[in-house]
Amino acid sequence: MMHFVREALNRLRSFFRKEPLDRELNAEMASHIEMAIEENVRRGLPLEEARRHALVQFGGVQQARERHRESRGLPWLDVLTQDLRFTFRTLRRDRAFAIVAVLILALGIGANVAVFSVVNTILLRPLPFPAAQQLVRIVEKNPKTGESSKTYTADATQDFQQQNRSFQSVSGYFAFTGPDNFKLIGGDQPAPVTGILVAEGFFQTLGVRPPAGRLFRSEEFVQHAQPVALLCYPFWKRQFGGDRSIVGRTIDLNNTAVTVVGVLPDTFDFGSVFSPGAKVDLFTPYIMDDFRDDGNDLALIGRLKPGVTLAQAQSEANELFPQLYFEHKHAEYGKGYTGRLTGLKEYVSGKLRRSLVVLWCAVGLILLIVCVNLSNLLLARAAARSKEFAMRDALGAGRGRLVRQLLTESLVLSGAGAILGLGLGFAAISYLAHQGSIALPLLSMVHVDGAVLAWTLLIAVGAEVLFGLAPGLRISSGNLQETLKDSGQGSSASRKHDRMRSALVITEVALACVLLVGAGLLLRSFLRVLDVDLGFEPSRAAAISVDYDDGRNAAKRAAIWQEVVRRASLIPGVEAAGISDNLPMSRNRSWGIKAKGGDYDGGKFQGVFVYIVSPGYLKSMGMRLIEGRDINWADLSDNQNVVIINETVARKLWPGQDPIGRIALAGGTEARVIGAIADVRETSAEDDAGWQMYLPATKKFGPEGCYLVVRSKLPPGTLATSVMRTLRQINPGQPATEFKPIQNLVEHATSPRRFFFLLVSIFAGLGLLLATLGIYGVISYSVTRETQQIGIRMALGATQERVLFGVIWKTLRLAFIGISAGVVGSLVVARLIASLLFATAPTDPQTFAAMVVLLGAVALLAGYLPARRASRIDPIIALRTN
Amino acid sequence: MSEPKLDLLQGTLDLMVLRTLEAMGPLHGYGIARRIEQLSGNVVLLNQGTIYASLVRLQQRGWIAAKWGTSDNNRKAKFYSITKAGQKQLARDTAYWQRLAGVMGRVLGMQK
Repeated sequence: MMHFVREALNRLRSFFRKEPLDRELNAEMASHIEMAIEENVRRGLPLEEARRHALVQFGGVQQARERHRESRGLPWLDVLTQDLRFTFRTLRRDRAFAIVAVLILALGIGANVAVFSVVNTILLRPLPFPAAQQLVRIVEKNPKTGESSKTYTADATQDFQQQNRSFQSVSGYFAFTGPDNFKLIGGDQPAPVTGILVAEGFFQTLGVRPPAGRLFRSEEFVQHAQPVALLCYPFWKRQFGGDRSIVGRTIDLNNTAVTVVGVLPDTFDFGSVFSPGAKVDLFTPYIMDDFRDDGNDLALIGRLKPGVTLAQAQSEANELFPQLYFEHKHAEYGKGYTGRLTGLKEYVSGKLRRSLVVLWCAVGLILLIVCVNLSNLLLARAAARSKEFAMRDALGAGRGRLVRQLLTESLVLSGAGAILGLGLGFAAISYLAHQGSIALPLLSMVHVDGAVLAWTLLIAVGAEVLFGLAPGLRISSGNLQETLKDSGQGSSASRKHDRMRSALVITEVALACVLLVGAGLLLRSFLRVLDVDLGFEPSRAAAISVDYDDGRNAAKRAAIWQEVVRRASLIPGVEAAGISDNLPMSRNRSWGIKAKGGDYDGGKFQGVFVYIVSPGYLKSMGMRLIEGRDINWADLSDNQNVVIINETVARKLWPGQDPIGRIALAGGTEARVIGAIADVRETSAEDDAGWQMYLPATKKFGPEGCYLVVRSKLPPGTLATSVMRTLRQINPGQPATEFKPIQNLVEHATSPRRFFFLLVSIFAGLGLLLATLGIYGVISYSVTRETQQIGIRMALGATQERVLFGVIWKTLRLAFIGISAGVVGSLVVARLIASLLFATAPTDPQTFAAMVVLLGAVALLAGYLPARRASRIDPIIALRTN
Repeated sequence: MSEPKLDLLQGTLDLMVLRTLEAMGPLHGYGIARRIEQLSGNVVLLNQGTIYASLVRLQQRGWIAAKWGTSDNNRKAKFYSITKAGQKQLARDTAYWQRLAGVMGRVLGMQK
């Protein structure tokens, strides 16, 4: 009905016009009473009697005013404003408490916001492509042996593209690009650039639209077509200043004129989705005909047709893939792939689900601890104000009003904590999104969005209810009037109150224990990972990408390599130098190897990691030669096909025999085994070593890149300039590639594990701090409350030591219960995170013991200060105070 | 000893004010209160001051309008008059009350 709306609007208007309306009312009431007096006088009453009668008839003026006001404005808003004003006043008086409360709330909420953002981006949100649920990654069935098994040949890809019926389109990218594989010439110095080759239809499959220019066209995927490139947004901004006119112009890449046909949108981050931690600058076409002989090098993705399920596509793949030939030209290589289809999102982030869920739970635990802590604080505060509440109740406030007051207080604290927490979370998120060194997928896309804000609101309200509940309940259940009479010591109400606080602290300790044990187990795993014998010495070695032009002549290449290594070895401080086309823990590729004449598990394609190297590489990496010899320059110049294998290969191909001198078929070419090295961890410290072979850079074995590795005690900074100078002497066109310490590669590979461990440790530390404060608070408070009792005991003969130990005993008892509960909880939780641990049992006794001791010691410390205070109580003073 | 006075509900006072204004034309607060007092024969328990809450409520709902003016004795007073919407509401409420009174009478007066 209209009158509701009108009334609401009028009430709103009246709310802001309080004073003029009050004045009007006063005038009206005055006039009313005057008229009443007049009438009474007219009726014959004397003036005084008339006035009295008029006032009686009118009733209470103040009451009339209040009723009027209630009908007029927004009474609930008035009450709220009053409550808020009162809250701010009381909080300002208790400044320390308010600041502490808001701070720990902000920490708890901020951590939750940051973690939720990460979880939301990596797990919950769909990939930033249209209809992203249709996108699929196609992989070989055995993902343990390195990239080559996750890739397909050009022929196989094209066959699958033609034969399949489940996909709208299938495309892929060249999976073996290392960083800085192109050289951009122009400007004062050649700049290193990372480019990825993509097959036809790659961006169309993903659904990426360029904001400037266009995507590649079919005619650009033909042999000897004009070279073209697509620029990535950050590279375009950085190198060309975001100048749109670059589209259509040519740039000089590796001495070839390449036309820029378009720019990709800034929402597209290749590394985020396909190669976490990698930064890509541009894309060029992968021309099938150029790579027909190159083996398995395409990583495939596909977009399902609408309505086709993954299961359907998988069953079709199970039929098609085993029929695909490796290479049409060499049908004798055989056929037979397997194709396992995984949703692209699942492929990208599925492995991380466990870790992220654990992280989420850990941060939830922190918030819980924060709420428990705050609850305790508020409870203590409410107890201290019990006389105030009793007074207000006696004056007519009513229990409801008091509870509402407390809730308003917790709401204000919660609100302030949420705002500050959101700010902290935002800062943390911005920091994380720019950490390119952490190899987590989609990390660069982490940002604060609507979902995150909604989550913040949810947990803020949840937290407020949680910690506002305890003191609210206490007020509503207790007998307020009793406290007015009670002197404040030892009444049953306060004993119940004491128990409640103890229970809360025990909960805190238990939760902190769970966090600590979790962090301890993760720490152990992390240290174990670091301890793993990598098979090489990453410290004191560094690599730099070398550019050279050998005119496709193997002999010239050998000469250039020899010169580079020779000059590098002459640099003062350098112990060893060598070249390899691949570094461990970065990209990798594998060919096949088998013993000549030998035959191993037929049909199974055993991928072997291949390194095309120069003499000196093994030494510069600190790899250990256990048999035979290193390659020498004669092998390169004479095109001797020799090979160095690792232990695992030797054991598998020639079990129990001496591999030196044997002939192996490496990638189809005969090669003589001249040496064997100890196993090297190829993909990461956590996986097995796998099979490896090291081939000299001869005519048959063409290297894919060129990294000069140098071992030296000098710090990389000083070494870098000398090395660069040396390289420039040989080739003035050497671009300013980065001199990367090998240790960085190792750290990059372990960065996700380190990231999680670091975060959980921070949370554990926070939890420990809060639990300590909780214990201190409770013990300190009980000492204060029992001052009189302690005084009596000391007056009756108890020594200071006895009092001290009494309090400490109380602390230990509290801590003991908490820790026991915590240990039980930890055992349960540890089992849940068992899959995240490396070489550590979930019931690892050392970790548990260490954390129990830590908690115990910390609790002891927390209890010691109040204990000392208790022992110093002067009985006379204690007995006198009330 | 007279019968105990009837306590007035919020809505009923509003209704009485509306009817008074319809019948009497524009009146000030005192006038309305006096008129109701007289009509109810002092049966109704009315603190005259409570009329102002009722008046502001009716005013905010748009059922009466207010204007400052001078009374007979040249005193400044705020005069209230019923609006069109107020008249409609009055008709509705009157019908409702009459039906209610009829039903209550019949139910309460029923024989065994």
